[in-house]
Amino acid sequence: MFDHLDITKLVFGRLTWDAIPFHDPILLVTFIAIGLGGATVLGALTYFRVWGYLWREWFTSIDHKKIGVMYIILGLVMLLRGFSDAIMMRLQQAISFGDSVGYLPPHHYDQIFTAHGVIMIFFVAMPLIAGLMNFAVPLQLGARDVAFPFLNNLSFWMTASGAVLVMMSLFFGGFARTGWLAYPPLSGIAYSPDVGVDYYIWSLQVAGIGTLLSGINLIATIVKMRAPGMGLMKMPIFCWTALCTNVLIVAAFPVLTAVLGLLALDRYVGTAFFSNDFGGNAMMYVNLIWIWGHPEVYILILPLFGVFSEVVSTFSGKRLFGYASMVYATIVITILSYLVWLHHFFTMGSGASVNSFFGITTMIISIPTGAKIFNWLFTMYRGRIRFEVPMLWTIGFMITFTIGGMTGVLLAVPPADFVLHNSLFLVAHFHNVIIGGVVFGAFAGINYWFPKATGYKLDPFWGRVSFWFWISGFWFAFMPLYVLGLMGVTRRMSHFDDPSLQIWFQIAAFGAALVALGILSMLIQFYVTFRDREALRDTTGDPWDGRTLEWSTSSPPPPYNFAFTPLVHDNDAWTDMKKRGYVRPLQGFIPIHMPKNTGAGVILAGLSAVFGFAAIWHMWPLAAVSFVAILVVAIGHTFNYKREFYISAEDVLRTESERTQLLASHV
Amino acid sequence: MTQFKKFRGLLFLLTAAFLSGCNMVSMNPSGDIAIQQRNLIVTSTLLMLLIIIPVIALTVVFAWRYRKSDANADADYRPDWNHSTQLELVIWAAPLLIIIALGALTWISTHTLDPYRPLSRLDANRSIPAEAKPLVVEVVALDWKWLFFYPEQGIATVNELAAPVDRPITFKITASSVMNSFFIPALAGQIYAMPGMETKLHAVINKPGAFDGFSANYSGAGFSGMRFKFHGMSTADFDKWVATAKADKTELTRDAYKQLEQPSEREPVRRYATVAAGLYEAILNRCVEDNKMCMKDMMDIDAGGGLGVPGTVNLASSTAVRPTPGVDQKPARVYVGAMCTARDYPADIALSPADRPL
Repeated sequence: MFDHLDITKLVFGRLTWDAIPFHDPILLVTFIAIGLGGATVLGALTYFRVWGYLWREWFTSIDHKKIGVMYIILGLVMLLRGFSDAIMMRLQQAISFGDSVGYLPPHHYDQIFTAHGVIMIFFVAMPLIAGLMNFAVPLQLGARDVAFPFLNNLSFWMTASGAVLVMMSLFFGGFARTGWLAYPPLSGIAYSPDVGVDYYIWSLQVAGIGTLLSGINLIATIVKMRAPGMGLMKMPIFCWTALCTNVLIVAAFPVLTAVLGLLALDRYVGTAFFSNDFGGNAMMYVNLIWIWGHPEVYILILPLFGVFSEVVSTFSGKRLFGYASMVYATIVITILSYLVWLHHFFTMGSGASVNSFFGITTMIISIPTGAKIFNWLFTMYRGRIRFEVPMLWTIGFMITFTIGGMTGVLLAVPPADFVLHNSLFLVAHFHNVIIGGVVFGAFAGINYWFPKATGYKLDPFWGRVSFWFWISGFWFAFMPLYVLGLMGVTRRMSHFDDPSLQIWFQIAAFGAALVALGILSMLIQFYVTFRDREALRDTTGDPWDGRTLEWSTSSPPPPYNFAFTPLVHDNDAWTDMKKRGYVRPLQGFIPIHMPKNTGAGVILAGLSAVFGFAAIWHMWPLAAVSFVAILVVAIGHTFNYKREFYISAEDVLRTESERTQLLASHV
Repeated sequence: MTQFKKFRGLLFLLTAAFLSGCNMVSMNPSGDIAIQQRNLIVTSTLLMLLIIIPVIALTVVFAWRYRKSDANADADYRPDWNHSTQLELVIWAAPLLIIIALGALTWISTHTLDPYRPLSRLDANRSIPAEAKPLVVEVVALDWKWLFFYPEQGIATVNELAAPVDRPITFKITASSVMNSFFIPALAGQIYAMPGMETKLHAVINKPGAFDGFSANYSGAGFSGMRFKFHGMSTADFDKWVATAKADKTELTRDAYKQLEQPSEREPVRRYATVAAGLYEAILNRCVEDNKMCMKDMMDIDAGGGLGVPGTVNLASSTAVRPTPGVDQKPARVYVGAMCTARDYPADIALSPADRPL
């Protein structure tokens, strides 16, 4: 019975030495660079003996502020990876004409554009918005933490594990070559028999669990943990957009989990949900993935609409214009985002009435979005606008995003979409809204809340430099793509026959280089900020003359956020408190009940990554062991009864007195 | 109205002048459907610019007018002004009006330019002659080339498509393996080519010439080279072109098709004088292999309640699998077995499930 048992194959599954790309010089150099860089970082961490500190204070932390910061660090690190992919593509397309085939063969190029899309959406944009929401929402609500602090830590580490799986595909086996949504039949076992699509499936499944849990957590927090007096219509607008986004997450992500689960069944056990031979239908997949995928774009953009609202109101020194219409616009967008998915495949032969219906519902979304733009506009009207870095990103957004919105509505007209679908015009459109909206918004948010998170402002000079490189780079990189799209050039091409197109791709590559300088300036900004942190220190806790509750506490806030839960009487609660001559309480503190750190989240997520890796490579014994281990740790964690502690009244008094002295010394 | 038409003509001229510099085929097409789609793109863009330009201008004006600076200290400042019912009505009504106009345009144009709808005119000034019969072309997207059947002429071609100028064309489109998108920008908008499904496109070419056609949907390693030329010809030239193909004497048999179906890149143009009977139908129903059940039969059986447990053992397989770079071993493809082979019954004999030998 055991004659054919091959122990190596049983243990390592499909993983062999051939899976490691020794033959590919680009990957080999990357491998060595990351290996050396990683060894340096790990060595330095060991040398300076910070492992213990990182483990105790960060990795196991269930403080929403620290988790928010870790999400943003994850997003920025993955941005570097996703952007490397982008610049490789731009370079390839700028040189691969006629007889020259460029430097990337199709099997490598196709992985790069797939990885670029997956990484930018799931491991850059999602962590950035999750980070901003985690950090700011409880502070704006006047809460001490999120509703389920341990779950929050687990969510973060699940997302990080997904990112780790994607990164491992660089060095073990390779990523999917299917495009970022992995349409079958191409992603089916018949046409993608290697591990690429399995990396795609398992990294998104692991990260998806994190996203879903985080969505539940933030909904519960916003619904149940608002400060007394903060009715829903007195909530800061960022919390409203966060609420709507998390509702979308909770409703949409299970669809992604299900559709990827069906694809996994097709690939692993031979079902035929999406292949023709046994009566399945690939269009089922296309429908399901977009039923998740379209709400996903609103999941990304809504929180940043919230950031822009906060920023525009703060830096115009003025209440947000049309708060109620802003809230209703957000809710309308939330609902409508479920009624438009078919506009991603008008060209798959639906009837004219179906196409018109989805085209028109898509256009209707532009009405509340337009109302939002006008609201920001009239918030600036009769304001006193300070052009700090967050405000620069906001104005850059208002101009850039409007154009992206216009081309989006154009694509929603089905007969126009027949011409523009799958073209570089489409690529230009979604980068126009995602960079112009999500990325600019994330940078506005990071610049805006950085002093709250760390206690010092980001260096404004390098912030401006970064902004101008990014925005000019964006225009140079994507306006040529609009033109190319109208010239009938499609996306995902690794080679072109027509040499007259080359100049446009060279302009786009120049734009990408400018964006690279923008990213570099941002890294310099972080470095300069760290170097000059004493000069940039925010002692007041309120560096921008803020309007919402997060600015009422110290920078960085104490672990308990607020010594006393604030009472809210007005939308802009902190402005209202300042106007009424709010006096900080200096005594009468009571012990504060707090959740305790735990390593269970890191362990569970690490085991999930192991399970994912084992499933990708068909290492069934390892998969079984890690799966059982996940269950054991999860159940074991429920027996951990020592999950909370009290910060004593003396400790609170000490922390608050330090702040009193700090405030007094800088008046 | 005539004035508007003149104005519109001028706008198109201006756009065309701007675009001629960079050969924007989508803005300067040669087929009536593509021209109408181009006009729709221009009209919708102008309609939206009505609101986009003021918004961008206001952003810049407000940002400058209400900047905080010593030079600007006397600008109006009202920190608590945050509501105006009239203004909010305008804010919601202005985009609403534009979308009502655009929505009406969308509803009408989506129906008139529905790719499934037979043409109603040759171009803006000519209707379709009563005796005109559309040229039928059956299109199959293969890895990574295009196969065209001309049932009326009895020929087939690879990576070359031709049609007489001003004769309506009906495309029936499918694919052999993965999704592609059939797109000739000069002729008409794209439509997907999907295995086991048939999509349709009606179009007409109004100018003679050679135009680019390609797959617009990524389909794997050979995707970039999946291109062909579409020739618009006079009727006489088209007949000559058909005669050349027929003179070639090559035959597209089922076995030749199975060879052709294997993945290959940048295939040269090929022409076949004759085509095996029912080959397109067999490709569409995924039963070119003799031992495989056609999808339409499978659907008939399933519609009648299926075969129950016996159905689960009626399997056949093919060892002809598609090579994948970097993967040595692949399992044989398994599928539902045929109950009668495709060669026993020509495709044009319709069998009801009851007549079929079981």
